[in-house]
Amino acid sequence: MKNLLLIAYLDIRESLRSRWFYVYAVVFGGLMGLFFITGITDSVVMGFTGLSRLLLVFIEVTIIILPIFILITTVKSISADRESNILEYMLSFPVSLRDYYWGKFLGRFVTVFVPVIAALVLGIGWGVLKGATIPWEMVLLYSALIFSLCIVFLGIAFFISTTVKSHDMALGVAFLTWIVLLAFIDVALIGLMMQNRISDGVIIAIAMLNPMEAFRIGAIALFDPELTVIGPVAYYLLDTLGHTALMLYAVFYPILLGVFFALWGYRLFRRKDLL
Amino acid sequence: MSALVEIRDVRKRFQKTPVLDGITLEIRAGDRIAMLGPNGAGKTTLVRSILGFYHLDGGSIRVLGKDPVRQRVEVLASVAFIPQLPPPVKLSIRELLQYVERSSGVPAAAVAAEAGRMDLDLESHASKAFFKLSGGMKQKLLIAIALARRSRLFVFDEPTASLDPKARELFYRLLSELDYDYSAIYVTHRLEELEGLVNRKVYMELGKVVEDEPLTA
Repeated sequence: MKNLLLIAYLDIRESLRSRWFYVYAVVFGGLMGLFFITGITDSVVMGFTGLSRLLLVFIEVTIIILPIFILITTVKSISADRESNILEYMLSFPVSLRDYYWGKFLGRFVTVFVPVIAALVLGIGWGVLKGATIPWEMVLLYSALIFSLCIVFLGIAFFISTTVKSHDMALGVAFLTWIVLLAFIDVALIGLMMQNRISDGVIIAIAMLNPMEAFRIGAIALFDPELTVIGPVAYYLLDTLGHTALMLYAVFYPILLGVFFALWGYRLFRRKDLL
Repeated sequence: MSALVEIRDVRKRFQKTPVLDGITLEIRAGDRIAMLGPNGAGKTTLVRSILGFYHLDGGSIRVLGKDPVRQRVEVLASVAFIPQLPPPVKLSIRELLQYVERSSGVPAAAVAAEAGRMDLDLESHASKAFFKLSGGMKQKLLIAIALARRSRLFVFDEPTASLDPKARELFYRLLSELDYDYSAIYVTHRLEELEGLVNRKVYMELGKVVEDEPLTA
């Protein structure tokens, strides 16, 4: 356990010095700044205003940016270390593979989760200064959704990182994963529905399996409990599952999926050649 | 003398190419082996297998009676490794020494003392990222870490590749000054440089040991 925490700590220190982390932090912090400058908190769109409006826009941006940032920066954590022989040296010390893998996972989780939450806190702080009321339920649930989105994409990224030996290939697979999941949120699903070749059940199943869709449904349900703005799949899910079960699914399904992929990656890490 | 490393009929393929082809070798306490052979002979694959990096396709390796894959922590507690080229580790020197100290129980001061014997002042570089050091300094630090571990087995994969002649000589002198009974595997192309340091020569070719003989001082 002491090695796991040490590896997590060293991974955080390493990330804090890397350029990607600054870009990542500046993107999320900068987005909040941009929202304030452009007066989003004062605008009214689809009935949302103030902090709710700000959170809505932040969510829409987060769902696009966060997964690709996590995937691109994390897939290199093992594959690039393997390629550059860092893994060979670091694992020549008496450190268990469990400590190394999960230490890296924990360290990377902290570095991807904290800036987004910090940006959220920044936004709330600014809103409070401007006299807005804090929508606590929304803030807590949104934090939980960000947590689960971080876990699922970290899990997928670690799985890719241990499976694919070449760093370039890992980046390619990560990008492809993001595009596929993003495309299946709307474009592909709408296309499939319009063709009427696939049953509605399959389309709904595809939507439900997509962690980005789960995040999106959960996030939008905070603002629009009837999910009228999001489309038929979400509306069907709400109608079938009910609001509470839908929110539980939106938070816990991505976590379970992320843990599944992380465990699968760990299993491969132990069972395949390390170099 | 008991065997420190037992290698029995070890086979390893990459894709469909056999890289280790039925290697049997025993390394006893006190053996200091020069492992020679052309590029692609399987030397690095063999030492990496001893370090537990590869799952074998056949045969077995035991280090101090333990499986280096399944019992890697116990095995690596007794083995120190220096790679052919220093990897671009992004940790600072201080962080790297922290990793070494926590994982191997070697105090940073012991590494600093070994580094000092190689004319490398760690204190003045402590905050610097390891990969930003010069090639020679990096290799000296890796050597200092390995020597400070005072392991029962050293695995050196062409450890002097990035050292200048003076530093190379210093490294060999430090090894000759080790005051305990250690074993070592030197993967090398230059046997003449190891004169006096090794007592056995193993020559590999196409994944097989084709020559294994003692060397007289």
